[in-house]
This record gives sequence, structure tokens and C-alpha cells, in this order.
Amino acid sequence: MRALLLLLFAFVLMGQRDPILVPEVSQHEVRVRQGFTGTELLLFGAVLDPQGRAAGSDYDIVVVLKGPSEPVRLREKERFAGVWINAASSDFRSVPSYFAVASSRPIAQIVDEKTAAIYEFGTDYIQLSPSGVIDPEEQARFKDGLVDLKTRQQLYKQDFGGVQISQQVLYQARISLPSNVATGTYTAETFAVRDGRVIASALAEVEVKKVGFERLVADYSQQWSLIYGLMAVALSVGMGWAAGRLFALI
Amino acid sequence: MDVYLPIANLSVNGLWIVALGAITGVLSGLFGVGGGFLTTPLLIFYGIPPTVAAASASTQVTGASVTGVLAHGGRGGVDYRMGAVMVGGGIIGSGFGALLFRFFRSIGQIDVVINALYVVLLGGIGLLMARESVQTLRGTGSTQAPRRRHHPLVASLPLRWRFYRSGLYISPLAPLIVGMVVGMLTMLMGVGGGFILVPAMLYILGMSANVVVGTSLYNILFVTMATTMMHSLTTKAVDIVLVFLLLLGSVTGAQLGSKMAVKAKPELLRLILAAIVLVIAFNMFLRLFYRPDEIYTVTPL
Repeated sequence: MRALLLLLFAFVLMGQRDPILVPEVSQHEVRVRQGFTGTELLLFGAVLDPQGRAAGSDYDIVVVLKGPSEPVRLREKERFAGVWINAASSDFRSVPSYFAVASSRPIAQIVDEKTAAIYEFGTDYIQLSPSGVIDPEEQARFKDGLVDLKTRQQLYKQDFGGVQISQQVLYQARISLPSNVATGTYTAETFAVRDGRVIASALAEVEVKKVGFERLVADYSQQWSLIYGLMAVALSVGMGWAAGRLFALI
Repeated sequence: MDVYLPIANLSVNGLWIVALGAITGVLSGLFGVGGGFLTTPLLIFYGIPPTVAAASASTQVTGASVTGVLAHGGRGGVDYRMGAVMVGGGIIGSGFGALLFRFFRSIGQIDVVINALYVVLLGGIGLLMARESVQTLRGTGSTQAPRRRHHPLVASLPLRWRFYRSGLYISPLAPLIVGMVVGMLTMLMGVGGGFILVPAMLYILGMSANVVVGTSLYNILFVTMATTMMHSLTTKAVDIVLVFLLLLGSVTGAQLGSKMAVKAKPELLRLILAAIVLVIAFNMFLRLFYRPDEIYTVTPL
């Protein structure tokens, strides 16, 4: 009973120090179907001080949207006897398929570099878990190469100033997903920052999935690959034959 | 017109893909080449992942060749016996090709191998064909009178079969080996192999010219079917929506191409094909030495 009281007390105390963050995403499910050319997610919510009053001016907001991670091998081309060939390579164990960060002010003005690195506030700070022993300098070069590649594919992006705070209560950020996004569960994390410290965070999930015909095709190609292959052959033979007949009539 | 490709995982302009298919189709009907050597690089250039591009291009070539085979077969332009032997070789060869592909991919050199193969094969064959057709067009070629002579090595092989339509009495091992080599390249380079097959039939086997295009298409038809199956089972990279769009263009293109082929001078056709092949080979050659657009490439583990 006493322990419970203590816990309740602690909770109340904590509640007094931390702001209240209520995050929401415009779409919890992104449906990838025919005609999908990408979409724009609206990450929004409210930030209130512990007393429940508008507190927007006191806090900075940072949102991080991350797609499912996968292990990859990154190869680097080098000039060898005049010809460009793959030379060195480096493995990363968790490369997010998508990464976007938006903040209400430039990150450097909100937190120091160490905090930014901990919370992955920026494409420079994505934790990719490199594996194998490579000297740090080379590691950094590989990492920059990967981030640059993904940025140009529109899969990694940062928008400092992309979070708007209105009426000191509501915040919102627009983040676009291109059509080449991977399917899976995306996490949208919202952080409230004050005096260089992250004092509250909240998580929302977005499911990106193929539906209808696209889902059927993707599933079939994976699970029923023999039938899928036969269908592909039948389609091409059928279309070829039909065209032959059609042109013979003309 | 935006179309989402479910396996390639991106959306493309459908009309571009149909147009690309149409160009390939015309080439296939006109020259008896599958056109994969054009489709695959262009699809990759468009942003489609290389494996998906190669796998889907080979499926599309199947469709383009059906039309061609029907058209040529109708007027006796296919040596089915020769074709069957080559297909046998082709299927064995594509198995070897798949193994080699895996090996080069594991050491990360598949891009260089493919590029180098393109340069050497396309360049060599392009030059050979260009010289040939220029000679024939000028009339100087007529001095080397019996054009249809097979390579001396072919004559030394044991066992002899009659191939009536090709006008040949040679060992079946020769077309079998040719088929195997082409099958291997099909799997490695993601192409139908017609641009190697046609010259090989003309200059190594010495087949009669009027069955070369049809028989080449016949071989491509079955070998690409095998390649499609192999890709569906291993890489799972055949995108049926992409295939459909490519086919829409290429089956119509193939019909137009084979109609045009009947009217045009064969030597002139060969010269044009040689020019196309040389341009692509030269482009690939330069790309080996130029700094590539992407220094870094990502492979999922």
C-alpha cells in the first residue's frame, strides 16, 4: 500500500515536471496500390505544460519518421588500371529504409551534438550499426556515402524548420513519402526539447502496406514462385500469340 | 500515366515503358534479336532495380519472340530441328550462367563482368557484321563466293545430322555448344542472346540466311522461358506489371518489325543492326572508364 502510494506520488511529481505531448499522424495506414505515387504524411499534435496550459514557446519539437531497417553491404568503386570496379566494402547491420527528421528550429540551436547523436536528430546521426573492424575515418566515409545515396533517392531527408508551432499549442510537420518506399511498420517519434534536453517523447506508428492486386502480386511472387513464373510465361506467350492473330486479320 | 510496379516497388510513367517495349519489338521482328540488350540498360537507366530489369526484360523477350516465331514459322523460316538442339544447349547453359552470376555477385564484381562482356561481345560482333555488310553492299563480298560455309572446327566434330531447312549436314554438337554459350550469356547479361546467336549461326554454323532470324527467335523463345522460371524461383524479381507494359509495346512492335523485314534488303538490315550494336558497345566501353554516377552501391545482406 505504501509502495503504491509512493509510486503514485512519484508519478504525480514526474507529471508535474514533464510537458504533455499528444502526437497524431494523419494516416496510420498508407495503402500502396495501383497509381501510388507517394504520399504526404502530416505529423501533428499538441504540446502542453504540466498544468495543461499552452506551452509551445517554451519547447522545441523534433519529429523523426523511420522505416523498417535491414542489414546491407555497401560497396565502394575505385579506379583500378583505369577501370572503375568495386573495391572496398563495409557492412551495416541496421540501415533504415526510410529516415526523415523535421524540427522547429535548426538542430544546432536546440541541442548539442552529443544529444543529437543519441536521439538521431539528423541524417548525420543515424545509427547504422557498422560491423567488422574498419578504421573510424574509413567508416565515416562509407557512412557519408550511404547517406548521400539515400538522400538523392529521396529516402533520407531532414527539414530543419519543418515543424510549425501554432498558437503555442499545436505543432505540425509535413513529411513526404516517395513511391519507392519499403513496406512495413514506420515509427513516428515526437520529441519535446527544452534547454538542450529532451524532456518528453511520444511514439506513433504508421503501417505502409500493399493492398489489393499489388499485394497479391507481391505475395504470389514470394510464396508461389513456381505458379507466378508460369503465369508470367503464360502472359507473355499469350500476349505475343494474340498480337500475332490480331495482325494476321488486319 | 502513373503505374505502380509491385515488385520493383516504385511508380513509373506507363507510356514510357510501353514506348520502350515498342522499340524493342520492332528490333526483334526486324533483326531476330530479342532486344534485351537495349531494354535492360534502359530500364536500369530509368531507375528500376537491375535485377528486376534483367528478369522482367527476359520475360518480355519471350512475348516478342512468340510473335516473331509465328510470323517466320508461317513462311517456313524456322528450322525446328536445329532450334530444338540449341534450346537443349541453352537450358544447360543458363544453369551454368546462374552459378556464375551468383559467384560474381558474391565477390561484388558482377557489374564489371557484365559491362566487360557487353563491350567485348557487342564490339566484336558489331565490327564483324559491319565489315560483312559493307562488303556485300559494295559488291566486293561476292568474290568470296560460297558465303554459306561453316567453320572448319564444326566439320571436325563427330556425329552428323541433316538439318534440311538450314541446308546443313553437320554434327548436332555444334549447335548444342552454340546454344549453351548463348544460354549462359542470357542468364549473365539479362539478354535474349539473339545478337550473338544470329552471327554465330551465319558465320560459325553457316546456316542458310532465310532461316537464321526465325530459328534464332525460336531459340530465344524457349531459353527466355527457362530464364523467367529460373528468375521467379531464385531472385523472385519478375515484375508482372512491368512485363505487361513492355509486352503491350513489344508485341505490336514485333509485328511491324517482321513486316518491314520482308521488304528490306537483308544486308542493309545487318548494317543497321551493326551500327546499333556498335553504338551501345562504345557507350559501355566509355562507361568503364568514366567516373560512375554512383560510387557506392547497396546490396541487402
